[in-house]
Formats: sequence, structure tokens, C-alpha cells
Amino acid sequence: MHALIRTVLLLLTLALPGAAFAVQPDEVLKDPALEARARALSADLRCLVCQNQSIDDSDAPLAKDLRLLVRERLVAGDSDAEVTTFLVARYGEFVLLRPPFGAHTLLLWLTPLLLLTLAAAGIGWRLLAARRRAPTSAPLSPEEQRRLEGLLKATSPKD
Amino acid sequence: MIVELGHFALVLAFLVALVQMILPMWGARIGDVRLMGVGAPAALAQFGLLIIAFSALMHAYVVSDFSVANVYANSHSTKPLIYRISGVWGNHEGSMLLWVLILALFGAAVAAFGTNLPETLRANVLAVQASIALAFLLFILLTSNPFERLDPVPADGRGLNPILQDPALAFHPPFLYAGYVGFSMAYSFAIAGLIEGRTDAAWARWVRPWTLAAWMFLTVGIAMGSWWAYYELGWGGWWFWDPVENASFMPWLAGTALLHSAVVMEKREALKVWTILLAILTFSLSLMGAFLVRSGVLSSVHAFAVDPKRGVFILAIMLLFIGGGLMLYAARAPSLRQGGLFAPLSREGGLVLNNVLLTTATGTVLVGTLYPLALESINGAKISVGAPYFNATFVPLMVPLLLALPFGPLLGWKRGDVAAAMQRLMIAGLLAIVAAVVALAIVQRGPWLAPFAIALGVWVVAGALSELAFRVKAGNADRAEVFRRLRHLPRSVYGTAIAHAGVGVMVIGIAATSAWQSETILTMRPGQTVQIAGYDVAFTGVAPAEGPNYREVIGLMQVSRGGSRITELSPSKRQYNAPPQATSEAGILNALAGDLYVVLGDEAGDGAWSVRLYFNPLVRLIWIGAVIMFIGGACSLSDRRLRVGAPRRARRRLPAAAPAE
Repeated sequence: MHALIRTVLLLLTLALPGAAFAVQPDEVLKDPALEARARALSADLRCLVCQNQSIDDSDAPLAKDLRLLVRERLVAGDSDAEVTTFLVARYGEFVLLRPPFGAHTLLLWLTPLLLLTLAAAGIGWRLLAARRRAPTSAPLSPEEQRRLEGLLKATSPKD
Repeated sequence: MIVELGHFALVLAFLVALVQMILPMWGARIGDVRLMGVGAPAALAQFGLLIIAFSALMHAYVVSDFSVANVYANSHSTKPLIYRISGVWGNHEGSMLLWVLILALFGAAVAAFGTNLPETLRANVLAVQASIALAFLLFILLTSNPFERLDPVPADGRGLNPILQDPALAFHPPFLYAGYVGFSMAYSFAIAGLIEGRTDAAWARWVRPWTLAAWMFLTVGIAMGSWWAYYELGWGGWWFWDPVENASFMPWLAGTALLHSAVVMEKREALKVWTILLAILTFSLSLMGAFLVRSGVLSSVHAFAVDPKRGVFILAIMLLFIGGGLMLYAARAPSLRQGGLFAPLSREGGLVLNNVLLTTATGTVLVGTLYPLALESINGAKISVGAPYFNATFVPLMVPLLLALPFGPLLGWKRGDVAAAMQRLMIAGLLAIVAAVVALAIVQRGPWLAPFAIALGVWVVAGALSELAFRVKAGNADRAEVFRRLRHLPRSVYGTAIAHAGVGVMVIGIAATSAWQSETILTMRPGQTVQIAGYDVAFTGVAPAEGPNYREVIGLMQVSRGGSRITELSPSKRQYNAPPQATSEAGILNALAGDLYVVLGDEAGDGAWSVRLYFNPLVRLIWIGAVIMFIGGACSLSDRRLRVGAPRRARRRLPAAAPAE
């Protein structure tokens, strides 16, 4: 029991971000354009030891290392894509918070479209079935419509 | 002694739930009124017993009885009273106890207020509700007993994680659970309806208030969690697409869809089969949320259950109720009669679109949340699905929904006149365009989509108001007539308009803060001033301070604007004593235009400190929007026709109260 409690507490302290202070002043690049690119890239990169945090949000030491690495590569003249490729080569696709489009993520990325198609097909099918079941009568002509409205007005009480 | 009493009450509640599950359902089957009559008193007794159990645990927390393992693990004698109380549900066992307590509360509410329900429906609903309670009570008694004792008794407790010691978080779980568990009512009604093979407009009318109440609680619960994350986690974010956030967001999305489809079912007897399915799915997602959070299967910031035995148990509960519900549905749904034809462009059509988009969004969040788990278990590949994925898929689904939203209430049932609706929305459209232009003119930077998003929010707010204006004939009738109509408009109409306006307000907040947040990170020496978003922030140094169970270093920040002093902010770094942990408290100045948000970092030597400043424009609108949505829900709930226990009386009075349309 004690061991369990200790594990829970340990996990709690590890898992919950406490004093979150991610990007340190000394990490910030002089060139604002380059820094902006670094920040944008960081937001899409996972802090590998954290729970669902980007390296831009995390104050873990590893996140800091990655942030510095990203900036190093950018200063060295890498393009955004090159930085990403470099990191994926090193840490695997796990590092990307936006999974790349590929065979193994096909279902993931196509889910919204698939669901929408399914819904459209379902609704279409229902409409067709309903139409078959209840043959639609010809719409009222303007003249008939006017007469109907006159009748309704004359007979209905308040509503 | 009190602790044992609580444990005993818990066991009794289990037995009562067993009786409540079996007798009324059996009675409904053989048509025995006495057996059916057992349901209501049993539900009340179960609730009473769980109040005793819950109070016993709370008492142990309040008096810091560390002989109870749960109290020892999660409390500390120096903790302020409010956090000793909220500590009851700030842990796995206690939160499960809260879960069954709320479950019993809803059951008791049906017993007390559901006297107008048909006898058999009420009996079946109470029986299904009891079966859910039974499963969770068994789970608590077998794997998560909060009343376990320790020997020898420790001198003091381990304390509650300091970042959970916060007023918003103290009340976040009760609201969230009231929402999650509230959807069990929709589930119980759906199952009871399927068992009886009777689901009609009256059924939808009985289900709606419960669903609405659950939805309101969930809205506030999620908003509280988001607000807490915003000011406590210290980087000014308010939504992270964290799996645990998603776990609460999915039932909310599905519940929102359910609210809307139940309207169609009540008014037009259409979408029956779909509404029943949605009712089952919404609670299934709540159960899945409980499973994801409680089992720790997603390693995430909230998952504090690490015992796999518990995970498997909850998984079994989840599969039983989801699988059982869906099987019953598959068996009975084909026999449900579909009713009501309607043209695609009609109120019903609009609500169908709402349902298509909301359920697609729910499905997308579901797949995104579970995909990494599934993929890893299939071929071992580890991928991450984070905020960029959800933003890329969720936002495109919400845009058409928001565009179409103002049309819905303005279209007639069966066949809507789109041209007339457009005419009525002319002013709203103009306002939206003006808003986009103004946004473009004020801020030069930021993504080009942002002004469009602002316009979308304004469109929704103005659209909701246009509907009210149209209904009271503002501009077309004299003032007395307008006031008369304002007075006689059903509250549900107000509720709809208010809730929709709340959505728009939230969209404006989200758009503004996402697009135009500004941020400065720097090392500041005492006496140094930094400018952000028109504010001058001067750092005058740090000062130590002491709280009830922590010590802190406060950064002193003088905020002024145009030379005149506005306020002093004091972001701090805290060191809690139990458990020993550091936290950071942001200093926040909230103004109409947005929040100035200051975080104190580490000491950089020579009295200099690293400081991070943000300006989050209009960020408050996000939570204000949620509160407005809650108010809208409350307004609707108070409508005579929806009021729990009043429908029969209401129907008699309806002709007099309904306004001419």
C-alpha cells in the first residue's frame, strides 16, 4: 500500500507541470524573424518526456535542449522542413505533434471526411427511402396556395 | 467510527441499488404496480446512504483523520479548510465516490420529480440508473475503497498536489461529474424506452430537461478547467487538446448534438432512431472519459490511477453498458416508427446539419485521441497526435456550423424560407462585415483568417439577437406590442438565443487571443521597465512572503499606461511544504481589451529575474461566453414546458401562454 501511494505521489509530481516557464530569455535568438520561425516550429514539436506538451510549452530540461537544437539548426541556415526532418531522423515521428500524412495515418486524417461522407450517404438514403414510401403530391399552385391561406386565416383561432 | 459508518453505508447503498435494479424492472415486465413502486423509495434511500458515506469521508478530511489511507495520501493538517474539503474528490477513490453520489442524486431526482412519468417508464429508468450505480459501487468496494484504514497512524498526511489547491479546481470536478453523470439520465431513458419499445415526442420532452441540465454543468465544468489551466499553468494557454480535456469535450459535443436532435423529436417526431442512438453514445463517451482518466491508459496530466486492476474493471463496466446499450438498440431500433417528413431547407434540416457537424467533430476528436494508442498496439509505431492535428480538423468543421447557426432558429419547421431568413439576418451580416473591417484596420499583424473568425463570432451573436428582434417584431410594431411580445416569448426562445450568443462571444474571444496574443520574454533588473501592448511594466524587485502551507517569492511589477499608474502585479514562485513542490502564480491584470499576464521565472543573478509577459486580447470572452451559454441553458430549463415535473400542467396552459407566431 505504501509503495503504491509513493508511486502515485511520484507520478503526480512528475506528471503535473508546476512552475511552467518554458522559453528562457537567454534562448531567444537575436533575429526576430528566425526566433518567430523557431517558436512556430517548437509549437509543433513534442516534448518527448512530457505528457502532451510541446517543447515550446514545457520547462523540462529535454525540451530546453530541443529548443536550443532547433535554434542551432535555424541559425546554421536550415529550412523549417530540414529542421523537422533532422528531428524525426533523431527521435522518430513521435516528436511531431502533427502526425505526417502517410499510409499509417491515413485513417486519422481522413476521419472527418469519412464521417461526413457517411452522414451524407445516410441522409441521402433516408430521403430516397422516404420519397419512395410517400409519393409526393404535386405542389400547390399559387392560386391554390392563396385560397389555402385564406381558409386557414378564416378558421384558425389565434395561432 | 464515523469512517466505518461511511463504509457500511456504502455497502448498504450497493444492496439498495441491487434491489432498485431488479424489482422495478421485473414489476414493469409483469405489470405489478407494487414492485414498480419500489423504485422511487429505493432511489431516495440509495441517495441518502451515499450522502452518509460521502459525509463520512469528508469528515475524515476536515478533521484530518490520517488513520484513513485516503486522507493520509491526499491531505495535510496545514492545508486550508476549503482544500481539505476539495481534497475529498481530488483523488481517485474520493472522486469515484462523488461520481456515484451524483449518479444517485439524479436517480433521486427522477424519484422525487418524475411523478408525471408513466409508471413503467419511471420504473425502468430507475432500474437502469441503479444498474449503473451498482457497477460503480462494486468498483469502489472492490478496487478503490476510500475508507481503508492505516495502522500505525501516520503523524501527518502527504498533502494535495499544490497546483490542485485552487478555488476553480476545487469546484471543477463536481461540475464536470454532474455533467458526465447527468448524461446517464439520457442513457437510462433511452434504454427504458427501448425496453418498452415506446419512444415518442413525450419521451423526448421528458429527456430534454435532464440532458439540458447535464449539458449546462458540463459546460461550466469544462470552462472552469480551462480557466484554471489559463492562470495556473503559467503560459497563458486555455485549451491544450490534452486527452483528458478531450475526454470531457467529447460528451459535451455529443450532448450538444443530442439537445438539438431531441428538439426535432419532440416537435416533429422525426430523428427518433438517431436521437436514441445519440443518447446512448453521449453517455458512452462519458463512460469512456471516466475510463480514459481513471485507468491512466493515456499518460496525461490528470491520470492518477496507476493500478491496472482498476483500468480493467472500468473497461469492463464501459463495455458492458456501451455494448449492452448498442445491442438493445440494434435489436429494437428497426421497430421504431419513423415520422415526419421535411425538406432539407427547414428547421429540421438545420438541426440535422448541426448534428452531422457536431458528431463528425466528436468522431474526429475520438479518433485523434485514441489513434496513437491503437496504432501502437497494432504495429508498435509511436506517433503523437497533438493540438496541431485537432486544430486542423476541428476548426474546418466548426466554420460551416457557425455560418449556418443563425439560420436555424429563423427557418420554419418542415419547409423553411431561406430568402426570408437571409433578409432577417441582413443586419447581422452587415455587422459581421463591419467587425472584420474594423479588426483589419486596428491590427495589422496576425493571420489573415483572424478578422474572418471575429466576423464569424459577431455574426453568431448578432444572428441570435436578430431572431429575438424578429420574434418581437421590433421595428414593425409599436412599442407596446413589442413589449407585450417580449414578455410573452417562451423562455426556451430566450434560452436558445442567449446560448447561441454565448457561442458567438466565445468564438470572438478564441479568435482574438489566438491571433493577436503578444509575448515578451526577457531578464529584468530592478528598476527596469518593459513595454507590452501599450502598458509599461516596471520591475521593482522581489519580496519574500509566507502562506498557510507555502513560502513564496513575489515579483513586484508596477503597471502604468501613458504615464499614469494603474496597478501593481505580483507574480510569484511558491514552494509548498507538502508535498514539497514549486509552483508559479501568474500576475494578471484584466481589462476590457484583454489580460496583461506576467510570470516570474528564475533568478538570473545580481538581483535580475527572468520574466515572461503576455497580452491576451479579449481572452475573458472565452469564459464569459461559457457562462452566457450556461445562463441560456438555465433560461430554457425554466421554461414551463420543459420544467421537470411540470409538462402535464404546462400542456393545459400552453394555448394561453404561447405567443402568436
